[in-house]
Amino acid sequence: MSDIPKNCKFLSSHEWVKLEDDGTATVGISDHAQDQLGDIVFIELPEIGAELNQGDEAALVESVKAASEIYSPLSGKVIKVNSLIEDSPEIINTSPYDEGWFFKIGISDDSETENLLSSDQYAEICED
Amino acid sequence: MKKTALHRTHLNTSGKMVDFHGWEMPLHYGSQLKEHELVRSSYGMFDISHMTIIDVLGVDSREYLRLLLANDINKLEKNFDALLSVFLNQTGGVIDDLLVYRMEDGYRLVVNCATRETVLSWMRSHLNNLKVSLRERKDLSMLAFQGPKTFKILTEILPLDLIDKVRALSPFQGVYFDQRLITTTGYTGERGVEIITTHEDAEYLWKKALLAGVSPIGLGARDTLRLEAGMNLYGFEMDETISPLESNMAWTVCLNDEERDFIGKDSYLSRSKDNFHVLKGLVFEDKCIVRSNQEIFFEGNSLIKGVVTSGTYSPTLKKSIALARIPISNLKKCLTNVRGKEIKALIGSPKFVKEGTIIFKKG
Repeated sequence: MSDIPKNCKFLSSHEWVKLEDDGTATVGISDHAQDQLGDIVFIELPEIGAELNQGDEAALVESVKAASEIYSPLSGKVIKVNSLIEDSPEIINTSPYDEGWFFKIGISDDSETENLLSSDQYAEICED
Repeated sequence: MKKTALHRTHLNTSGKMVDFHGWEMPLHYGSQLKEHELVRSSYGMFDISHMTIIDVLGVDSREYLRLLLANDINKLEKNFDALLSVFLNQTGGVIDDLLVYRMEDGYRLVVNCATRETVLSWMRSHLNNLKVSLRERKDLSMLAFQGPKTFKILTEILPLDLIDKVRALSPFQGVYFDQRLITTTGYTGERGVEIITTHEDAEYLWKKALLAGVSPIGLGARDTLRLEAGMNLYGFEMDETISPLESNMAWTVCLNDEERDFIGKDSYLSRSKDNFHVLKGLVFEDKCIVRSNQEIFFEGNSLIKGVVTSGTYSPTLKKSIALARIPISNLKKCLTNVRGKEIKALIGSPKFVKEGTIIFKKG
């Protein structure tokens, strides 16, 4: 059974997003996603300052098995990227919710959070 | 799905099981990359019991195999010597690649599991009136122990007098003792052995090796190891339309004995006159895996194209690598297009790593 933290929201395409108190959000991929992908070897992250809409392609992960696009769970401007995972992408496999985060955005539309899945809803998707 | 004798053991060691041509086999046991690195730096073991083992017995078995195999089994001087060969069809394409061992009472063949039915029916169709019988050995398992420190760890698994005999072997030789065929062959580019034995004994050896600290290695790492070593995989580097000339397999076709006829010989010879594709190694600078069937282009020459046969991330080079079939030329670089981006590669030898050392050569 994969790890699904309660303090995150999810997309059905296996991205997680953590809403911070300061109006920013941190984005990564779920434990289930890293497990399905297998060893991750390459990463492409968005540019700092890039304006993303909810559902835009924001990053790319490539594992020994397949390449997979990462979508932005919310609209906003990219304010920070995790350069650690560019050099050591295996961190995503070992710590998908902490050290293996992808990028942070400044949320431009709070109401979009209503479109996200709760941890319980996401758990159901992973069971299918 | 078919299961090997070690299936339960794979589950107990957290093997991630996948469907491999109808066999439920371990892809990895946690991390494919770590398993790859273990084999390059120390040792690891593989359950390869999905492979098809066929014994060729009878007084005419030598004559029969000299007709069926493109390589010449007369090269097998001693019992338990091994030879890599291909079966060719009438058009000179590859039906399968295989290992042949000389046994006391005939020959033992190890063919791919994906080609099992094709090979068995093709072999049967050429029996004619020869005194040969074919016996598929579903009662046997096959294990591989590979890596630079394999012989050291084997001392904890096999009897010492047997180890001494195995140590004394050159590559592609073997010993047979107590139903165990142990040969110095492999599919990783490292030193090591392959063992064909009974299911019961395979389970015994595997469990003993686990206790001695040998990590099981899945099919994922088996693929990246063989690709770094520049070893072909049937269905990727070669198939029934591809000549050994175009898949870096010509060295397994033996033409020394001009008197010898073998199936596909005429087509092989005529294709060798106008062959203009070869298998090459590619190393990419971009962080992007270029996978099989991807088209390859050349700058300033839009007329010629190539194709990637296998591509992966090389844990040893820490780069994206591929084998590709491309037109014969002096070109040193090529291009491909992945997700709308142009990716450049250096062209070189279709071998990247041997015994832990990077041996890729440009050109």
